[in-house]
Amino acid sequence: MLKSVKTGLGLACVMAVMAGCSSTDTDDSAQQQMTQVQEPVVETPAQETAVPLDNVVYFDFDQSLLKPQTRDLLIQHADRLRGSAQNVRLEGHADELGTREYNLALGERRANAVRDFLVLQGVDAASLEVISYGEERPAQAGSSESARAMNRRVVIVK
Amino acid sequence: MMKNLLKTVAVLVAVSLSVGARAQLVVDITSGIDDPTPIAVSPFSWSGSGVLSEDVSGIISADLRRSGLFAPVPKADMLSFPKNPEEVVFRDWRILGTEYVVTGRIEPQAAGYLLTFDLVNIFGQQKMFTKQVSGGSRQLRDIAHRAADEIFEAITGIRGAFSTEMIYVLEERRGGRPSYALMRADIDGARAREIRRFSAPVMSPMWSPNGQEVAYVSFETGRPAIFRENLRTGARQQLTNFKGINSSPTWSPDGTKLAMVLSKDGNPEIYVLDLNTGRFTRMTRHFSIDTEPNWMPDGKSLVFTSDRGGKPQIYQLTLATGQVDRLTFDGDYNARPRVSPDGKTLVMVHRSRGVFTIATMDINTGRMRVLTETTLDESPSIAPNGAMLMYATKRGDKGILAAVSLDAGVKYNLPSQRGDVREPAWSPYFD
Repeated sequence: MLKSVKTGLGLACVMAVMAGCSSTDTDDSAQQQMTQVQEPVVETPAQETAVPLDNVVYFDFDQSLLKPQTRDLLIQHADRLRGSAQNVRLEGHADELGTREYNLALGERRANAVRDFLVLQGVDAASLEVISYGEERPAQAGSSESARAMNRRVVIVK
Repeated sequence: MMKNLLKTVAVLVAVSLSVGARAQLVVDITSGIDDPTPIAVSPFSWSGSGVLSEDVSGIISADLRRSGLFAPVPKADMLSFPKNPEEVVFRDWRILGTEYVVTGRIEPQAAGYLLTFDLVNIFGQQKMFTKQVSGGSRQLRDIAHRAADEIFEAITGIRGAFSTEMIYVLEERRGGRPSYALMRADIDGARAREIRRFSAPVMSPMWSPNGQEVAYVSFETGRPAIFRENLRTGARQQLTNFKGINSSPTWSPDGTKLAMVLSKDGNPEIYVLDLNTGRFTRMTRHFSIDTEPNWMPDGKSLVFTSDRGGKPQIYQLTLATGQVDRLTFDGDYNARPRVSPDGKTLVMVHRSRGVFTIATMDINTGRMRVLTETTLDESPSIAPNGAMLMYATKRGDKGILAAVSLDAGVKYNLPSQRGDVREPAWSPYFD
């Protein structure tokens, strides 16, 4: 997962360069990214570009409200995604409590909450795809509260 | 009562799918009614050559025991093994307290078997009926279940549902990865076989009212999509591929429509798909989650789960007017409703004191009753005779199936020998 995130970031930078070349965009962050990827980097991701961000955010039971620490993380994600042409999948999940079909809807609601927040931060809505797996793909098996907490999540897949 | 009723029931169930060598689910009865009726199914005679592949009288005994309403007499306790009503010594059976005796004779037929069986009332000292069931060479279990249906109905007045089947979801690990299968089995768990295997999750199987098709949700395309599949031919059709959720397919009672949940408009709404015209009609308009529709038997309204009141509760939608009425008020989580065949009772997943159980509610009075005592119960599915329901629960960390009568008196588990099983769907009658 870590590797794919790094590769994704490298790719994002390359794409940002291409976007920069083909337009009159003089946005600061685009310039910065251009300077950062002078020696790109698809096979060997740029180690110094950025520390990979956590790509999972967690929720309370039957809740889709973003927690404060989640907002901080998503702002960092938004900073990197803004202006990039990268497509991102937001995979919503639920824990085993409650019914399966309702949890499918709950997973989507969580992923939508993440999407809406990112869009509010300036990320292009068209680059964000929401998919819910409900409780069908738990990150952690078992019925402990810690397993359930790990499963109430949205995974940001680049 | 005195007249001899001779009726031939042909077993027409086509066994087209490969049959597993061993039953995958094993019945484990956990409670029955206080005073089950003692009945003896005397071992049947066999006039053909060799040994039969199934213990037909044993299967009938097991069916009746599983209903919880009967206490079959163990073979070891029988003083004799009568093969016909004339051989039944009433006094011997009275001493044992046996109320009914079943006798039977199996004969070979051109392409299978013929069972002739009799039901004898010991205290009334009379034969209640003689009937016949025939079936193909691989249908001994079907013959037994049909005979059990006849016996059950003659004594209780309730149509037997031992000949029905179920579809459920199996998840297991294969080569280190999760593998999913839609499974089909007799309602006693025997003859479990795969309908289709999936590498991505599959959920929400629902029988068509004629028992010939199944609708389900598969993630095989990368997002949830609704499929319908012919159970005999294996032919299938993808019905939806909308952005967002495509879930909870449920056939209308006449089989011409499919209610479902789509979130293509932004959040989950109930839709009805006309299977003849392919037209989708949106039925709900609310910013909350609307999901898990199920038809009332008259086809005029749907019950569904919505959190429009803040928490998941069950609502009824009248299709002609679009009017929505809330049905459940007890507890802060009531979801995934199913309606009994007579339209009088709802069964649902109900949370009380933090645990998820199966509950019934009388639709007229609103009175709710919790049926189960485990903590992660879900996916109730009612038998076509309305007497029992099957549901999914956990034992340890393992997903198992279980059954409970709608009056909570009878319970049994159907643990799987491998993998996790869930989302049982009880079939309709096949005739």
